[in-house]
Amino acid sequence: MDWILVAEQALNGLQFGLMLFLLAAGLTLVFGIMDMINLAHGSLYMVGAYLAAATALATGSFVLAVAAAVIGTALLGMLLELALLRRLYQRDHLSQVLATFALILISNEGVRMIWGEQPLMLNTPAALSGPVELLPGLMYPAYRLLIIGVGLAVALLLFLLVTRTRIGMWVRAGASNRAMATAMGVNIKRLFTLVFGFGAALCALAGALLGPLLAVQVGMGESILILAFVVIVIGGIGSIRGALVGALLVGLVDTLSRTLLPAVMRQLASPEVASNLGPALASILIYVLMAAVLFWKPQGLFPARG
Amino acid sequence: MKTRTMLCAALALLAAQQTTYAADKVKVGMLSTLSGPGAGLGVDIRDGFNLALKHQGGKLGGLPAEVITADDQQNPDVAKQTTDRLIKRDKVDFMTGIVFSNIMLAVGQGVFDSKTPYISANAGPSQYAGEQCNPFFFNVAWQNDNLHEAVGKTVLDKGFKKVVVLAPNYPAGKDAITGFKRFYKGPNAVVAEEIYTKLGQLDYAAELAQARAAKPDAMYIFLPGGMGINFIKQFVGAGLSRDITLFGPGFSADEDVIKAVGEPMLGMFNSSHWAHDMDNAANKKFVADFQKDYGRLPSLYASQGYDAALLINAAVRDVKGKIEDKDAVLKALKAAKFESVRGPFKFNNNQYPIQDYYLRVIGKDAQGRVTNKTLGKIFANHADAYASACKMK
Repeated sequence: MDWILVAEQALNGLQFGLMLFLLAAGLTLVFGIMDMINLAHGSLYMVGAYLAAATALATGSFVLAVAAAVIGTALLGMLLELALLRRLYQRDHLSQVLATFALILISNEGVRMIWGEQPLMLNTPAALSGPVELLPGLMYPAYRLLIIGVGLAVALLLFLLVTRTRIGMWVRAGASNRAMATAMGVNIKRLFTLVFGFGAALCALAGALLGPLLAVQVGMGESILILAFVVIVIGGIGSIRGALVGALLVGLVDTLSRTLLPAVMRQLASPEVASNLGPALASILIYVLMAAVLFWKPQGLFPARG
Repeated sequence: MKTRTMLCAALALLAAQQTTYAADKVKVGMLSTLSGPGAGLGVDIRDGFNLALKHQGGKLGGLPAEVITADDQQNPDVAKQTTDRLIKRDKVDFMTGIVFSNIMLAVGQGVFDSKTPYISANAGPSQYAGEQCNPFFFNVAWQNDNLHEAVGKTVLDKGFKKVVVLAPNYPAGKDAITGFKRFYKGPNAVVAEEIYTKLGQLDYAAELAQARAAKPDAMYIFLPGGMGINFIKQFVGAGLSRDITLFGPGFSADEDVIKAVGEPMLGMFNSSHWAHDMDNAANKKFVADFQKDYGRLPSLYASQGYDAALLINAAVRDVKGKIEDKDAVLKALKAAKFESVRGPFKFNNNQYPIQDYYLRVIGKDAQGRVTNKTLGKIFANHADAYASACKMK
């Protein structure tokens, strides 16, 4: 095991973790503040990716594609909140789950009708399609570095927004005690719409950035949504800091276990068994991590509500 | 009482008529992967099949053909339900189209039990080639190990000493690596790493880091469809293409992948039993018409879909349209009297092909398009390694 492999995997884990954070941040705010389970969060991620892909294919500009995805999805998110989701806040979690599950089906069919069955394949911008030599011997894809940069910048921005601004104060107040915040004169309704649009913009950003690395396809939101829920459960529902720590943990554990576990298994068992068991164990490790966190801290690592 | 007898008679007549109708046309159930990352594969099989049908004037063996197309969504459960519907409700006479071996294994038994001949236009799991071989299963493409065996031999012959292999963790992935290693072995052949990923995985950052750390001089990938497209892009993006020669089976380096990846694929070696530049009359017509009808070069999958239709055509023709005589149909299928676009083709005792395999490399053609060029033959009249375990004669 040499240091280059470990360093490269740590960067991969960081990149994956930061993208998970963009998804989890919006989800945790919506869940934490409005006590609303939004299963359609992954669909907003998908819509963002499709908007980015469509814009990139039409204009050829990566920057325009990201901008269109973020702005378009934020508007769609706010529209959705105003038209539908605010009717669900008073209902129990079961109605919310049912309604937002329906939204998943509707948006999948909608995307299929507009863009067709087959995945859209995007290319990374030409300037970023090669590797960068970070240290002698340590090569890393330029595009993934960009993702890490954007992810870190957004995390910092969010942290400042939540801890240093008035809106951030309202958001924290809303998350810890909604009734009291309303009584103190915070316009919770408008705040909810804003937060929802903001969360939609964050997951659209993740969708647009991941588009060229993955494939833009129907149903891409569902698989990553599960991980986003794992992240917010580990981090503590409603907490931005928790979402960041949880996302990085999940990202690192997932990436490192995919390489380290099979290597360790090979020391212990025959290559045949190791190659079968290693990947299987690696894919359940994040759930083991979640179970362990919940065992010692049932509220998550950084609970928003005391 | 009289009216009831009349009614019964009428119904019996109607039923009798329906059975005669059934032989007036051929129904084919085309169950394939038409959505998701594997969709390009299924679409090519379907389009190839339909082109052959068009060449036959919409008929198979002289009977009007009806093709019922369904999407398995690359999901074994969906595939099982749909197969059930195709067989029980639509009463198809032949089934074809499945791309992925795990899906083939999930629906296979049900199809065989219903005594519907299955013509595989791609999936060729080792299970059905060996002990579980079945008189109703015909593979008109290749056995899962074959293309990989051919690359294994090439990599060995070219003198690469250290190789990393990568495949998804599912039946065909296991077959692929087994096949590769069957021919890539010897004192100067080391498989440094065997990496298995989740089927359908699209981000290969972790695997690429692992491959880089192993410092191989060549890498072999088995990644069908969108998986391969993403892998090759990321392989180049990570800078691995500078030191490592990439090898793959034909379909990881076929027109669908080239269209999506482009220039970074130049110089990739791959093996195939078919190529669009193969010099025979049937192939020239197929490639030219496919381009005219669909506006793209056909892939290996398209050629397999085309051949599947030709095989059914030949069998129905040889039984003179009497497709309700299952024994005769099976016998006619096994005789495989059709002009394959890949040149010589015949079935082994396990009803998998015995055919030639070629080495191709991706380069630029006279018009500057990035495409495959055939270099030469790797294997002639190659059979699979499981046929001897099959008890069929």
